[in-house]
Amino acid sequence: MRFDTLIIGGGLAGLLAGISLQKAGRKTAIVSTGQNSLYFFSGTFESVEEPSERLRELLSECGIRVHYSPGVRFMPLGTFRDSALSLEDISLFPTPEIARKALIVNFAGYLDFFSSFISEGLSRHGASCRMVTLDMPELSRFHQNPDEMRSAQIARALDSNWEKVVKEVCVMLHDEDTVILPQVFGLQDAEIPEKIRRGIPARVIFTGTLPPSVPGIRTQMLLKRRYEVLGGTYLSGDEVVGAHLYEGTVHSVVTRNLEGHYLEAGHFILATGGYFSKGLKSNPFQVYEPLFGLDVDYSEDRNAWYAPSFAADQPYMNYGVKTDEHLHALLQGNPVSNLLVAGSVLGATHPELGSGAGLAIRSAFAAVDQILKASPDQA
Amino acid sequence: MKTNEFDVIIIGGGITGAGTQRDCAMRGLRTLLIERSDIATGATGRNHGLLHSGARYAVNDPESAEECIKENMILRQIASHCVEETDGLFITLPEDDLGYQKTFVDACRRAGIDAEIIDPDLARRLEPSVNPELIGAVKVPDGSVDPFRLCAANMLDAKLHGGQVRLHTEVTGFIKEGDTIVGVHTRNVQTGEEADYFAPVTVNACGIWGQHIASMAGVRIGMFPAKGALLIFAHRVNNMVINRCRKPSNADILVPGDTVCVIGTTSTRIPFEECDNVSVLPDEVDLLITEGAKLSPSLSSTRILRAYAGVRPLVSADDDPTGRNISRGIVCLDHEVRDGLKGLVTITGGKLMTYRLMAEQATDLVCRKLDIAKACETATTPLPGSEEKSYESVAQKIWESPSTAQKAAAARLGTSASRIRTENRSEDALVCECEEVSLSEIGNALARLEVSTLTDLRRRTRVGMGTCQGGFCACRAAGILGQAHGCIERAREDLADFMQERWKGNFPIGWGDTLREAEYTQWIYKHVLGL
Repeated sequence: MRFDTLIIGGGLAGLLAGISLQKAGRKTAIVSTGQNSLYFFSGTFESVEEPSERLRELLSECGIRVHYSPGVRFMPLGTFRDSALSLEDISLFPTPEIARKALIVNFAGYLDFFSSFISEGLSRHGASCRMVTLDMPELSRFHQNPDEMRSAQIARALDSNWEKVVKEVCVMLHDEDTVILPQVFGLQDAEIPEKIRRGIPARVIFTGTLPPSVPGIRTQMLLKRRYEVLGGTYLSGDEVVGAHLYEGTVHSVVTRNLEGHYLEAGHFILATGGYFSKGLKSNPFQVYEPLFGLDVDYSEDRNAWYAPSFAADQPYMNYGVKTDEHLHALLQGNPVSNLLVAGSVLGATHPELGSGAGLAIRSAFAAVDQILKASPDQA
Repeated sequence: MKTNEFDVIIIGGGITGAGTQRDCAMRGLRTLLIERSDIATGATGRNHGLLHSGARYAVNDPESAEECIKENMILRQIASHCVEETDGLFITLPEDDLGYQKTFVDACRRAGIDAEIIDPDLARRLEPSVNPELIGAVKVPDGSVDPFRLCAANMLDAKLHGGQVRLHTEVTGFIKEGDTIVGVHTRNVQTGEEADYFAPVTVNACGIWGQHIASMAGVRIGMFPAKGALLIFAHRVNNMVINRCRKPSNADILVPGDTVCVIGTTSTRIPFEECDNVSVLPDEVDLLITEGAKLSPSLSSTRILRAYAGVRPLVSADDDPTGRNISRGIVCLDHEVRDGLKGLVTITGGKLMTYRLMAEQATDLVCRKLDIAKACETATTPLPGSEEKSYESVAQKIWESPSTAQKAAAARLGTSASRIRTENRSEDALVCECEEVSLSEIGNALARLEVSTLTDLRRRTRVGMGTCQGGFCACRAAGILGQAHGCIERAREDLADFMQERWKGNFPIGWGDTLREAEYTQWIYKHVLGL
């Protein structure tokens, strides 16, 4: 099997690169292990503010609705963070004084939404809060198993029952100007959060839960759907297990499910993520990139990998695959001419590209530009 | 009767203090236990959790060995819900002297320990994880014990006998009348509230910190702080305790416990200032892994969950720089006889294994001073939760068809698990998935087991002790705790402290899956939850 570009990693960076290349008429494939960091996406694109025209257009054609205004956003533990480009689900505010009277609604038996932290956080900024729980028969079956009351299950059940939630909330609402709901709406349908907002006569703020992130799963699904509509080949639940290099270029890779087949391509993009996604691995002696054995920027002194404070910036999180200035991966000091690197696997080796979602977006676009520049004549 | 007057005040909420309070309370004394932090925060909660057969001490310290085997047999009866009867092996590897085996077995038998030489083939069958290269094996009645559970059960029983407990309260000074200690000044470290308590006898049961308490009273005890570092592995590799059959050395005991196993220890003298904040060094981690793999080779490829260290409360006897040759014997000091200071008793030295005997000796002394003749009954009276022997049968009696979480609760709480029976399914919701701790079990701990912080809750329920190391359960539990205490601001700080405490044990072993989990957790807390 031969592609123009083969992308390893189906998270935000891999999908954005794939969509961009398909739009440019290239034949691409994405190999994805399944889960990626979109499953714990907060709904806010870290280190991005106003989206570029290119990003705005791409997200919009996927059906991903975003907005940005300077100020703050409200966090699940009742704290505030600087605002950044966010999904429409996420409310952004000029100041932390966001409510006078708030009704905080949770579902009975749901432990992954922190009403009391939220209440305390809002009270600190002048709100008086009332906490209520909603016992919905549609969710009662999740009580049967003690670990089923989780965000994705609830969201799946509420996709067809969100109107009942609106009705119940309207009954419970007294004179509150604000309603806080857990971010468990619109798993399949991105319109639902907005419809709920229109149905409740108060400002509705969806606040995050423990992972998996419902807006994150939806975002992943929308990106993947768009990629496939554009003709991309998404190999889900598969994993690259071997690579063949000749004279400084990647010739092909082999995956677990397509054993015996060489996936050949003119270019490859490595978008395998950080430690969690196994784009980077470590043992007591080193941090390494497991697929190609690429050069990794890290300290050889293990003691230097960590800050003793949990909350401090951790040096190990900055480690990543070394590249040249055009994001070509380095192997034993030499650039691999057709292997580009994007997303968290870069660590903080390119601080100018930002971190988190911002890094994924900027590096994916930069990698795509390199590929289109290197082979402008195709398609 | 004033509310601040007691017959005896016990300082120290480790296993010795808790055991002493139980014994005193069972003999009818009005007791108060004061602990500056939480239960089992010192050496009690920072060891292997080994139910020693005594075999390890048989050759060099026969007195300790005899104490161990006697207490071992007692704990199996009175603390069955804290004990797992796994048996243990002492293995001889090709690099060890097989001749030592006979010396060892003879010494065991003299101490009353049922030590049986078995064929290496049989040892490999009994314990498939053992190093297959072994050339000799001895089977002994070792086991494992959960020190948190044991400590909590002792304290609970003391309370059931009218005892009072003040956790997070530190003794700031003694109240003296002439040459007699008549009470203590205290301060609650969380609220700053100060209070005085009075009793004709005070027991110093502060482990390594006993030296400091003694000096506050004006008497001197020379303690020898010996740090021991240990590693917890994320899987239960072995089912029997595995020891090396040689003179005691570094990292030669591997103990299974619940779903994990623990390798240790090292032994290093440390300055007193470090006792409050011991850390594990990379060299120690490397040594523990290398030596551990000799007991059970699969350890070298097993994920490590945490590194931790404790400080043995050894009493100085000579100038041995390692502390290994100091007797682990019990030291019970009557300061009236020793120093002319009335009203103060120190109980120290000893081991987790001999806590009950230490408590008995201290209580006997207290009773002599108070002229009370009642005999000790702790050797025969089961702890709350241990009235039945098998947790399976306990669970069957409480629940018609117990879930795995309910079985886990019965294993943790014994017969006390009947208190967490619920009417409402939503109370069965799991707060901690790794350790299967339900909402109702947390409710029980909050109601009965003196919980004021998340870390306290962890010691009583195992919340946050599993593979995710608090990644998910900590904020769930923090919300519940904050609501119960009505103070969320403190709950958020408490959550930060809890995650810091988890990280402290994670970063010394921060590679592979541990680093993966850490990256995930640190990202979630910072960027998704906003801690």
